[in-house]
Amino acid sequence: MRPLIAHRGPVHARPVAEPARLHRDPAPSRLTYRVQRLWLTPLFRALLRVGLPSFAVIASLLWYATDEARVHALQDQVAEIRREIEDRPEFRINVLSIEGASPAVTEEVRATLALDLPISSFDIDLAALRNRVEALPPVASASVRNAGGGTLSVEITERVPALIWQSRTGTALIDAEGNFVADIAARPPTEPLPMIAGQDADLAVAEALALFEAARPLGERLRGLVRVGERRWDIVLRDGPRILLPAEAPRAALDRVLVLHDVQQILDRDLVRIDLRNPGQLTVQLTAPAMETLELQRAGLVPVGDERG
Amino acid sequence: MNLLYQSQRAMRAKREEAMRRGVIAVLDIGTFKIACLVLRFDETDITPGDGIGAMAGQAGFRVIGASTTRSRGVKFGEIDTVQETERAIRTAVQGAQKMAQTRVDHVIVALSGARPRSYGLDGEITLQTGSVEDGDIASVLAACDVPDIGHGREVLHAQPVNFSLDHRTGLSDPRGHVGSRLSVDMHLLTIEAGAIETLLHCVKRCDLDLAGLASAPYVSGISSLVEDEQELGAACIDMGGGSTSLSIFMKRHMIFADTVRMGGDHVTSDISHGLQIPMPHAERIKARFGGVMATGLDDREIIELQSETGDWHHDRRSVSRSELIGVMRPRIEEILEETRARLDAAGFDHLPSQRIVLTGGASLLPGLDGLASRILGNQVRLGRPLRVQGLPQSACGPAFSACVGLALFAAHPQDEWWDFETPADRYPARSVKRAVRWFRDNW
Ligand SMILES: Nc1ncnc2c1ncn2[C@@H]1O[C@H](COP(=O)(O)OP(=O)(O)O)[C@@H](O)[C@H]1O
Ligand SMILES: [Mg+2]
Repeated sequence: MRPLIAHRGPVHARPVAEPARLHRDPAPSRLTYRVQRLWLTPLFRALLRVGLPSFAVIASLLWYATDEARVHALQDQVAEIRREIEDRPEFRINVLSIEGASPAVTEEVRATLALDLPISSFDIDLAALRNRVEALPPVASASVRNAGGGTLSVEITERVPALIWQSRTGTALIDAEGNFVADIAARPPTEPLPMIAGQDADLAVAEALALFEAARPLGERLRGLVRVGERRWDIVLRDGPRILLPAEAPRAALDRVLVLHDVQQILDRDLVRIDLRNPGQLTVQLTAPAMETLELQRAGLVPVGDERG
Repeated sequence: MNLLYQSQRAMRAKREEAMRRGVIAVLDIGTFKIACLVLRFDETDITPGDGIGAMAGQAGFRVIGASTTRSRGVKFGEIDTVQETERAIRTAVQGAQKMAQTRVDHVIVALSGARPRSYGLDGEITLQTGSVEDGDIASVLAACDVPDIGHGREVLHAQPVNFSLDHRTGLSDPRGHVGSRLSVDMHLLTIEAGAIETLLHCVKRCDLDLAGLASAPYVSGISSLVEDEQELGAACIDMGGGSTSLSIFMKRHMIFADTVRMGGDHVTSDISHGLQIPMPHAERIKARFGGVMATGLDDREIIELQSETGDWHHDRRSVSRSELIGVMRPRIEEILEETRARLDAAGFDHLPSQRIVLTGGASLLPGLDGLASRILGNQVRLGRPLRVQGLPQSACGPAFSACVGLALFAAHPQDEWWDFETPADRYPARSVKRAVRWFRDNW
């Protein structure tokens, strides 16, 4: 017989109902969907990859530059580094060598350059130095270069004094182009130089030199040339008449006088001046005794041909 | 009709733009799953196709992204809950985009439901010049008498299927032929306008541009019928989740399409009802043990059932496989018989060739081909989609035939009515005709 009470067997643990899988489908939200699409846009990616870093760099640079103090510090630092490089011995100049000038001029050039040696070659402006040296009166031209080995080489061509010029302000030496070279007291000429005088005589130096050349036969007798009225020359002799040359073709006039001298010893006569200013006409002024003698001769009191008396 | 003409043209323009960009997405909105493929076209090898109009031609492409997600908010192949479907589309598109590592803006969509209806149209003109020219083709298409497609319906496909010139028929391209009367047979497929509007809304909400619309039976046929089947005549039956769609092909053109509003999900819900188990479990059992032909062996195969009611006895039941098949079979027979009825209605048995290809996820049920050949005739085979370049292994099964077909359709579009320039002088004639018809219908 079956028992009335049902035999249930071992009591099973009631299985825990699996939590109903309420799994929602993983759909992207509209926003993530759009962001992803944007991210997959090539232009946007390029912008992000190139544009963003460059923007960041520029922005940080700008932010940095807006602070004055930082900029100054940076500038100082740069200057410092620069200084350090410039001060290295390889770039330093220790010696100044000046060549081609007399000792006096050398000293003058050295003083003009006023270099505080040793100095870095970066601090030297060769062109400016050259201009400064060439501005000196005795210097005709100069070349300034870094000769290497810490030497700054200055080569100078001096002006050669050609004439002595006496003027109201003093006596100076000038070169063949009329440039001032030096005061005669500062640099006494080693050899005798022809002398000119008068205002603006230095502007007609070439003419004067030509006249001196032509007057070479006069030798020691020639004392100098005097510029008159800023347009013509007078020749002054140590003993003898003063020769007034014309403004035009003075050399021809001088030659004429010299020819006259060769033939008639005109310069040895008792004359005060020989005036050649009028072309084609030679006028002489006699000395006072000669005038007297001439008058006596005219009166027949003194025989002609014995002027020297 | 003019409005449709313009909207279809706008879609064509978008598709051309996408082709120029080289990337386009295809989206198969099924009842069971939503699949998205991203295609990249190589512009270099566009070969002229055998069609006639501007769209004919084949572009080489490869699949660079693929993603599938469970479909939500879709019933009978139609969008039912817009928000849910939109989320599902987003999931699928995002996954495919991620795999492709590129963004897609244009999408071509296939719809399986929405009560498609097929019409056969014909038009005839007398040729002015002795031979057929481009303009004549447009004229003969415009001369087709459009039937009353009903209120709230839209034309989805309008494809010239056959041209005849005098006594010659079966011309695929009549241009250059000499004759006097040109006539055309056109296949017109209409679906519910509401479905298109909902779809447009969904696509727009996903920031995508709709670059084309195709009917799922059509694109399934493209991918799973082999060439001679398409040429000689065959039917493709795509057994999906919520709908079973069928299309008949002949001479490389679809000549009929329809949908049975039943599918694999109904089988699943029958299992769920019959065996009193939850739907996810029923789906699992169907895929693992399901079948349609019971043998003696199946009586001994016991299947553990699981449910979560908390009633221990209820939750620990088991059935034999024969019982499971017994639950499933009536529904499958019903689906197949309904399909047979639709095919008969279309006059499929008058076609020279009676081949039938079964595809779609539900065709994976073991033994289905045997049952189908009993109901549909003995020329039934199971079909898989064509292999296309770059398609991942997971998307090669019959469930993806619509998806792959859509990709082929994108690369090799067929000329439709709107791809031909309507001759300007036709407009007044057509409007007069329409006025006459309106007069006749209303008085
Ligand atoms: N291995 C399988 N065996 C039986 N049925 C399957 C299998 N895989 C999928 N299915 C069924 O196929 C249907 C889905 O087919 P599918 O073509 O993907 O549908 P849809 O096109 O509507 O999304 C579902 O009902 C599913 O249960
Ligand atoms: Mg499908």
